[in-house]
Amino acid sequence: MEALKQKAKDLLERGEVKAIVGYTKGTGDIRRPYFAQRPEQVDGLVLDEACTQNLATYATKHEVRHLGKLGVVALPVTQRALLQLMAERQIRDGDVIVLVAEEGNVEKGNVKELASAAALEEHLALKTDVMDEKDQELLAKLNAKSREERWAFWHRELSRCVKCYACRNSCPMCYCDHCTMDCNRPQWVPVASHDLGNFEYHVVRAMHLAGRCVECGECGRACPVGIPVHLLTFFAEESVHRQFGQRAGHSAKLDYALSTFRPDDKESFIR
Amino acid sequence: MADTFELSHEALNGLFAALRKDGRRVLAPVDSDGRTELNEVESPAQVAKDYLQTILSAKEVVFPKVERLLSYTTGPGKVELKDPEPKALPTVLFGVRPCEAAAFGALDAVFNWDTRDSFFNARMAQIAVIGLSCTKADAACFCTTVGGGPADTRGSDILLSPIEGGFLAEVLTEKGRSIQALAPELFQDGRGIDKTAVKLDKAFDQPALTAKLPGMFDSALWVDQSLRCIGCGACAFVCPTCVCFDIQEEADPKQGQRLRCWDSCGYRMFTLHASGHNPREVQSQRWRQRIYHKFSYYPERYGMLGCVGCGKCTRACPVDMNLREHLVETSEMKA
Repeated sequence: MEALKQKAKDLLERGEVKAIVGYTKGTGDIRRPYFAQRPEQVDGLVLDEACTQNLATYATKHEVRHLGKLGVVALPVTQRALLQLMAERQIRDGDVIVLVAEEGNVEKGNVKELASAAALEEHLALKTDVMDEKDQELLAKLNAKSREERWAFWHRELSRCVKCYACRNSCPMCYCDHCTMDCNRPQWVPVASHDLGNFEYHVVRAMHLAGRCVECGECGRACPVGIPVHLLTFFAEESVHRQFGQRAGHSAKLDYALSTFRPDDKESFIR
Repeated sequence: MADTFELSHEALNGLFAALRKDGRRVLAPVDSDGRTELNEVESPAQVAKDYLQTILSAKEVVFPKVERLLSYTTGPGKVELKDPEPKALPTVLFGVRPCEAAAFGALDAVFNWDTRDSFFNARMAQIAVIGLSCTKADAACFCTTVGGGPADTRGSDILLSPIEGGFLAEVLTEKGRSIQALAPELFQDGRGIDKTAVKLDKAFDQPALTAKLPGMFDSALWVDQSLRCIGCGACAFVCPTCVCFDIQEEADPKQGQRLRCWDSCGYRMFTLHASGHNPREVQSQRWRQRIYHKFSYYPERYGMLGCVGCGKCTRACPVDMNLREHLVETSEMKA
């Protein structure tokens, strides 16, 4: 922990970053996002297994960007999201300094500073990249259901949705200034949180994240009523992976699978 | 002074049966796929055990997330307007926590401020509240700081407090007495029995906070506190007193309906003008609005607080914006 605090302090003192985005102790045992803007504030930093949130969300948030260059204490999910944000040209290579705990545990290992996309890519390439076991199980269970059963499952779950947009706003890849959901001329998707409005919203969101979802599960954790919405985007991401062989969040130079045309495409209809 | 009775666990079975026989649906906290929700039940056995609170509040019963205000059809040279069918069913809300029961007063203040809201009032007229005192609290709770308490009777028609073998029942209102009258034999004399509830210390001096807020409008505190806020509506939607709504028209050339949907002052779009100007352009202004609305504007306008200290917003927040903690911090700031 001291290594992280020292690194963060150095960066702030040298003026290399204006703020460190990390975690601190929150209510009870939970950890919450934390912003150290002055060297003495680094003492509040915490990094342990209770830290889950994908902090890349803040890299595109106006109020946080406004602070100046950021240092981000990054879990693997945050690292992937930052790379994907670079691939989508939302942040530039070198816009943020990424602080990672080697061996994933800040108490055991050192803290590494990754200042470029290349360094991030190299670091991530060493990680075995699998979905949370619990989520794999949930997805497998859903896939094993019949279409009617799946429909019933999502109908029940989505009936709970109140359209608070915690899933969208917590998602690092949902950075649009003007989300399709907020467009009212024309009104593409019903605003009301009735069956149709809820279904359309979640299906549109899953489609918009197909090939872009870094599978952090933040949307599911954020949902106040406990809907496992992340399974929708995970499913979309996995099917893009199966069909196009690429995953979001592994390279800062990733072409978006669903909007990229290649002359050697194996499908003939597109030529 | 309320009439106090003893209501045993067995008697509660009889009470639920009597309520249902009287044509009332009973809504109570139930464990639904691992979540505590306010759903319809048939017997006390279906009520969640040992719950702290439901995720959403009892507000949804009188102010649903989507409410149809009117519908219409159009034809050549005519428009036919239809009032929606009244959906206010006789309902007993069982096991509502005292904080949420008190929140109906804050909703009423807005819905009957100038125009009397017929939808809200129709639903309110049909509900009766059987509150349940709290035997535990968590780090988000602060009812005692905002004039409530774990065994506070405000807003309940009958308040139950757990005692050995059942509950102490305080019958508080006419609606409460009408419930008791459905099965008077179930209510045993309870005079002299003490009600007990969890103890909860005050977290801050609320009147002092309300007094100092007008002088803190330009404080940097709001920027600091809201930096991690992601601007979703989770806090507002689980809140038992948040009343903001949006009117949506869903229409095609032949027919349409006008809907009232929950909205939140935390959204950027909430105050966005058609011109593109936004008086609350950044999240800190929206966060400040939330605090001021509940702790400054509500007292000023309605003579009551717009917060009951239930802590739902804190529990629902994806980034742990702990309201109680933020209010303590605000109280401790030098004005």
